[in-house]
Amino acid sequence: MDFGFGIAPSSTINLDKVDRSRFTRLHELEPDVYKCMACGSCSSTCPAGRFSGMSVRKVILALQRGKEKEAVRMLKGCMLCGKCSMVCPRGINTRHLILSICRIYNEEQQ
Amino acid sequence: MKENIVIIGGGAAGLEAAGQLIRLGYSPIIVEKEDHLGGHLAEWHCLFPDMTPASDIVGRLAGAVSDANIFTNTEILFINHLKDSYNVMLSNGVSIIARVILFTTGFRLFDAARKEEYGYGIYNQVITNSDLEHWFRTGDDDRIGSVPMEAVGFVHCVGSRDEKAGNAQCSKVCCITAVKQAIEMKKRFPDAMVYCFYMDLRMFGKKYEDFYISAQRDYGVRFIRGRVSEVSENIEGKVVVKAEDTLAGKPVRVTLDLLVLMAGMVCNPDSTKVASMIPLQTDSDGFLKSKDNILEITSSSRKGIFYAGACTGPKTVPETLAEARSAALDIHNFIESL
Ligand SMILES: Cc1cc2nc3c(=O)[nH]c(=O)nc-3n(C[C@H](O)[C@H](O)[C@H](O)COP(=O)(O)OP(=O)(O)OC[C@H]3O[C@@H](n4cnc5c(N)ncnc54)[C@H](O)[C@@H]3O)c2cc1C
Ligand code: SF4
Ligand code: SF4
Ligand code: SF4
Repeated sequence: MDFGFGIAPSSTINLDKVDRSRFTRLHELEPDVYKCMACGSCSSTCPAGRFSGMSVRKVILALQRGKEKEAVRMLKGCMLCGKCSMVCPRGINTRHLILSICRIYNEEQQ
Repeated sequence: MKENIVIIGGGAAGLEAAGQLIRLGYSPIIVEKEDHLGGHLAEWHCLFPDMTPASDIVGRLAGAVSDANIFTNTEILFINHLKDSYNVMLSNGVSIIARVILFTTGFRLFDAARKEEYGYGIYNQVITNSDLEHWFRTGDDDRIGSVPMEAVGFVHCVGSRDEKAGNAQCSKVCCITAVKQAIEMKKRFPDAMVYCFYMDLRMFGKKYEDFYISAQRDYGVRFIRGRVSEVSENIEGKVVVKAEDTLAGKPVRVTLDLLVLMAGMVCNPDSTKVASMIPLQTDSDGFLKSKDNILEITSSSRKGIFYAGACTGPKTVPETLAEARSAALDIHNFIESL
């Protein structure tokens, strides 16, 4: 039957269904990833962010919410300049973290 | 009672403890390195959450110790550990043999100039929470009010929750102080936009949340969730602030006539210096280490050495006073047990 409208897919993040295996591996490699307090210093300093949408804060969040594709897309905008590492108040080596994310998530994508 | 009790520091903690010890019949000796009593309280204008004038509190605390032996402008030169007591040598030539020493050496305000990206000491219109209290109290600061105050910003967590600055701890009082100061600025400059840049708002105390709601609803203070990453000065001498508005997920920039840095509470080097003479341990946050952080907050691991107030970590005035009373009782019990 056609009602003349469709039901949009739910935008709810269903934490029951999030696959945590890759993030668990990332956390083993980069224990500090859980220290992020989402302050936004990294995104605010990032020279690429304004144009490419890259944000370390958003990447860390997206990965934990199962939005891996979105995170990987954002990472493409990173120039690995390391400015974000210099400002992170939680002392996270964000540049190193980005490299580890690329390694773990890119190999899975292929 | 002839029992020497040396209280190092004449701030809120030292004064309250001395007052209680006097009531218990002792004659404590207060050693204060500055020329006045009251510590940091003497520098603040009105206190959250009821806007009580800080000078009233200092007046009452100091009034209760008028009979005590007070040495101002005096420092501790050295402390020698004798068999059952300590020999305390003061910079004024007085030497005291005491079985009890109470540390009420307080905190130090984080030096905001160390966060170079915020421009304190470089840009004229960047001040600290302490500078603002000074202006509220004395009206004496050319940076405030001499130019129109159309937009004012507060930066939370300056030198706190910041591993780069070497202080991972939260300073506890600066969120509510920012709310208080933001309201005060709105009262003085009703047309100004007032922004608070925060990461988390810590409104843990009695009536703090009411204060926060009032800042939003009654005064229109705007809260932006994001840590300021950079401050610069434009050609007109205004400050330009950059941050990420993490709720919008977008970078924000705003031009301000005044930027107030909420410098945090860090361990006081004057405190650690004297502590090292005994020696006493410091905790992982740099503050003096209590014997136990739940049961024995006012005790050190050394016999006869006690603590009260912000020398063991960031604290509000009521917390400081409660600890001072508790330390006085602990000291009384200790002396009775000797
Ligand atoms: C900007 C700001 C605003 C605040 N506003 C409020 C508020 O509105 N309400 C509230 O409840 N709390 C407020 N607080 C917190 C409040 O300031 C503290 O709770 C209080 O000052 C702690 O008292 P204290 O006696 O432990 O330490 P201090 O006030 O630091 O006093 C310590 C004293 O010891 C002396 N001293 C230190 N070392 C030595 C030494 N080696 N020899 C001799 N003397 C020494 C110092 O000179 C000083 O007089 C605020 C804090 C800040 C940073
Ligand atoms: S390393 Fe990448 S994310 Fe970090 S500031 Fe540079 S471009 Fe931005
Ligand atoms: S600067 Fe550090 S703590 Fe802040 S959002 Fe970025 S990664 Fe997280
Ligand atoms: S009380 Fe607020 S401003 Fe102060 S350090 Fe803690 S979170 Fe930051």
